[in-house]
Amino acid sequence: MIHFVLLISRQGKVRLTKWYSPYTQKERTKVLRELSGVILTRGPKLCNFVEWRGYKVVYKRYASLYFCMCIDEEDNELEILEIIHHYVEILDRYFGSVCELDLIFNFHKAYYILDELLIAGELQESSKKTVARLIAAQDSLVEAAKEQRSSISNIIAQATK
Amino acid sequence: MAGGVSSSSIMETLFQRTLEDLIKGLRLQLIGESAFVSKAIEEIRREVKSTDPHTKSTALQKLSYLASLHFHDMSWAAFHVVEVMSSSRFSHKRIGYHAASLSFHDDTPVLLLITNQLRKDLASTNEFEVSLALECLSRISTPDLARDLTPEIFTLLSTTKIFVRKKAISVVLRVFAKYPDAVRLCFKRLVENLDSSDPQILAAVVGVFCELASQDPGSYLPLAPEFYRILVDSKNNWVLIKVLKIFAKLAPFEPRLAKRVVEPICDHMRRTGAKSLMFECIRTVISSFSEYESAVKLAVVKIRELLVDDDPNLKYLGLQALSVIAPKHLWAVLENKEVVIKWLSDEDPNIKLESLRLVMAMVSESNVVEISRVLVNYSLKSDPGFCNEILGSILCTCSRNVYEIIVDFDWYVSLLGEMSRIPHCQKGDEIENQLIDLGMRVKDVRPELLRVARGLLIDPALLGNPFLHRILAAAAWVSGEYVEFSRNPFELMEALLQPRTSLLPPSVRAVYIHSAFKVLIFCLHSYILQSESITSSFPDNLVLGVSELVLKKNMLEGSELTTCEAPSAHRSEGFNPRNQSYEDLSIKNGGDRTINHGQTSTPAFSENIFTYDSIINLINQVELALGPLTGSHDAEVFERTRHILCFIELIKGEITECLVQKGKTLESEEMKASKIIKLISDAFSEELGPVSVSAQQRVPIPEGLLLKENLDDLETICADFQVPESNLFSLGSPYYGEEVGVSSFGLQDKEESEPSNEATSLLTEHRKLHGLYYLASEKNEIVGNDYPPANEPKLQVNPNNDTEDLVKLTVQSLATNKKPNHAKTRPVVVKLDEGDLVTVTAKRPETKDDLVSGAVREVLLGSDTRTATSQSNPSDKSSSKRKGKEKINVDRSELKENLGDSEKPKHENPSSRKNKHRISGKERRHKSAGKIGEEREENGQKGMQKSSHRHARHKAPHRSDAPLNVVSQTPVIPDFLL
Repeated sequence: MIHFVLLISRQGKVRLTKWYSPYTQKERTKVLRELSGVILTRGPKLCNFVEWRGYKVVYKRYASLYFCMCIDEEDNELEILEIIHHYVEILDRYFGSVCELDLIFNFHKAYYILDELLIAGELQESSKKTVARLIAAQDSLVEAAKEQRSSISNIIAQATK
Repeated sequence: MAGGVSSSSIMETLFQRTLEDLIKGLRLQLIGESAFVSKAIEEIRREVKSTDPHTKSTALQKLSYLASLHFHDMSWAAFHVVEVMSSSRFSHKRIGYHAASLSFHDDTPVLLLITNQLRKDLASTNEFEVSLALECLSRISTPDLARDLTPEIFTLLSTTKIFVRKKAISVVLRVFAKYPDAVRLCFKRLVENLDSSDPQILAAVVGVFCELASQDPGSYLPLAPEFYRILVDSKNNWVLIKVLKIFAKLAPFEPRLAKRVVEPICDHMRRTGAKSLMFECIRTVISSFSEYESAVKLAVVKIRELLVDDDPNLKYLGLQALSVIAPKHLWAVLENKEVVIKWLSDEDPNIKLESLRLVMAMVSESNVVEISRVLVNYSLKSDPGFCNEILGSILCTCSRNVYEIIVDFDWYVSLLGEMSRIPHCQKGDEIENQLIDLGMRVKDVRPELLRVARGLLIDPALLGNPFLHRILAAAAWVSGEYVEFSRNPFELMEALLQPRTSLLPPSVRAVYIHSAFKVLIFCLHSYILQSESITSSFPDNLVLGVSELVLKKNMLEGSELTTCEAPSAHRSEGFNPRNQSYEDLSIKNGGDRTINHGQTSTPAFSENIFTYDSIINLINQVELALGPLTGSHDAEVFERTRHILCFIELIKGEITECLVQKGKTLESEEMKASKIIKLISDAFSEELGPVSVSAQQRVPIPEGLLLKENLDDLETICADFQVPESNLFSLGSPYYGEEVGVSSFGLQDKEESEPSNEATSLLTEHRKLHGLYYLASEKNEIVGNDYPPANEPKLQVNPNNDTEDLVKLTVQSLATNKKPNHAKTRPVVVKLDEGDLVTVTAKRPETKDDLVSGAVREVLLGSDTRTATSQSNPSDKSSSKRKGKEKINVDRSELKENLGDSEKPKHENPSSRKNKHRISGKERRHKSAGKIGEEREENGQKGMQKSSHRHARHKAPHRSDAPLNVVSQTPVIPDFLL
């Protein structure tokens, strides 16, 4: 299973963290520090796997972001690379040519998309279309509520003027 | 008033910073980030208490942002998280659930409050709300939550909404882990989902079984037919990979299974275009079906394809696969040795490391010398990290099983000496251990060992390298312990006392001093022996010398008065080790002596080596060098120095007198000094041997000694001294800097600090620069089972031609498999009866017994009838299923045939063979079930003793009952796939 997913920028800034196994806040910081030290220093044409504390970390760089997933020793590294690619493609489709800034300002959306892709450290949906459809449906739910809310608050705001 | 409250909340709403404001603000703060964040948190603390749900949820969202990316504590907001979770609006609820799965853990106190909320959302008609609750449960499930929500999960496992059901299936794994009794309720439905025609459901449920089976494979054997059907029928690579993993785990438990699945696996391996699936097939075959030769051969062919691929990932995995297969099928590695050695000089440290492991796997008694030679040369050219990996693996391989593969120990010892001199060598501890260990275990190697030690000690340059200090300690010890093999003990003494020893840490220095003591004793003892024999045989000779001795004695007395001056005169004559010419001379002398005294194994000294002169010099030298150390602050150094100085004090007066007297009176009275020397010399010449690891256990505990059994309180004492966690990853050294990165760093920074619309132009530039890392602009619509294109497959021109030489060299060395290297017979290596040899336990698949698998076994075995009925029940109309069933039927007859004739052809009667096999299979299972039963009973008892948990106590009798059922039921298991 996948133990955690990390998105780290080339400068070492964290863009997303998702933990499927229990880690305390302290451990999380430590993991990030260790892994970004290991991964960011690796050259561009090396293999995408790193052995780390008895686990394996599969990472891939897209634009300025490193997508990292930590898996068990016996898991399939190539499968994880595909999952990463899958996630990037979905993000790309959702944001329309995604860039790091999209993920910075929509950090919650990146999480929601990841949650549709993985659950409990396993891949749950291998169809890009389905994920896109599900996310769109939830977005529209939220949008509807937002419109409603803003109209009410507008009314009140005007009333209290 | 209500109006006041609402208006204030409106004000908050209107002036609240949004998430975007927060993020933008944070990005502008280049230096004062922490101040900004603490101000933001202050705001959040206020806002999150607001009665307006929107304000509250926005505040929580901001907090989640800070917690997940800036690692700020948000446990204080746990209650607010619960509030937002219970909001009726989906947008708020989503924020709440996200915050919960981010920050809640088993000890969060408010967890008790969310049970009802989760229950409500799990039963919601809005499938997205159900999904939120499931996601959250997968992260934070506790035993209580899992127990209370099991009925809801049970319902969801058969819901018609695929979207929800697949999530429920994945979450079930976490529920089982926390509340094993849920298995009894949910397992049946989980199994039913294996028949689902929906690929996502199937993927989810197979994923769950893959995880479950990794904990206790044996329990899931009854489901083998279902998995087999999926293996044969499924076209989904995600599912196939998981099923392969399951079979890899089941195979050791049921030999007949392997026979059935090997063919389909090979089919997949041949046919698939997806590298991930192919690799999984390879891995399954080499790890679990390695006795099926044809399959292994196919796998090796495929591994070869990976090895020669340009994609570093495939290369790496190919090497890894080879190292898995190496212990059982070394030929596979040997077949690919050229490639393996080639990757030893790859630019990727991970790949280099893997190929190094493989090269070491090829090492045998006949080629260890050649391979080590090549590798040591190679390590000289490598970066420090890899150099030490090489040295470490040579040391480890050569010392395996008490130096099993070493025949020529003289060679090995000199190799150790050579390795110590490699500039990057940091394996001091290991080399130290081996030098001493070899000395104690292998008698025949001691002369060579001493020669190597001398070489190390005498080189003043080595003292400056802290990584070598441990090795020097070993060398010093060797020189003291085996000084009798030395050709020139005086030279050793000089080396041990040279001024640069002040660079050594006290612990090593103490070893030096003690060794000096041993050398001194040896010299004195030899001198006495020699002079005694001389006295008895050539008295005249000595008488001649007496006058000289007397003179010397006078001088010595003089020097005692002015300790500082006289000996320093000696020193300046040539005791300074830095004096190169002197050293050369002594080495030459040593060499000459070798020639003169040839092959004699007994100490071969020229007659004149232990003269009165030289002994006195020696004593003075020791006194001079150690005198200053009496002021040492290190206890060990101080004490050892005192020992040696006091000893000198003790004998000094007498040794001269004794000799004079002897010369004069010729009646040799037993002198105190020579007695002492003999005594100590005897003590030192007592041979030291290796000590068994378990030696301490054999020492009986003295009566009346009370050992504290419980050392729990030790932990509290030691809490402050945390042992630094060993970092398993040793290659992440900063030596592998990025080449491309530096040039574009500035660009990156700029991009960071500019708002998004302006970034687009930069982005295109960046894309030009780093096209490698972007998605291909034309979208590849093939649904992603194909392996994504690898990093630019630019074939790099081999940078160093050394590599090719190396390949040739090593190929040669590998080719000389049967080199008659045994001209020299292998010396005796002392081995202890126990503890030394690594006990090679037969790798029997062990059944880890935990509660989940216990429950699973109960459900599966108890519901065999159900499995049978569901199979014969045509309620599920999917055609694939029927096909599967037919297949299984066909298989049955096939397998019978297989069992009958192909398995053991030497047996004449196929039918009796078949029966026998069957019976034995049953018996085996019976036995294992019985054993498991015992284990479980133990577990149950332990549970009762240890846990004060009401729940566990309540369940204990039930648990210990269960295995009995299992045992009685085992014979009912149908023969899978038969």
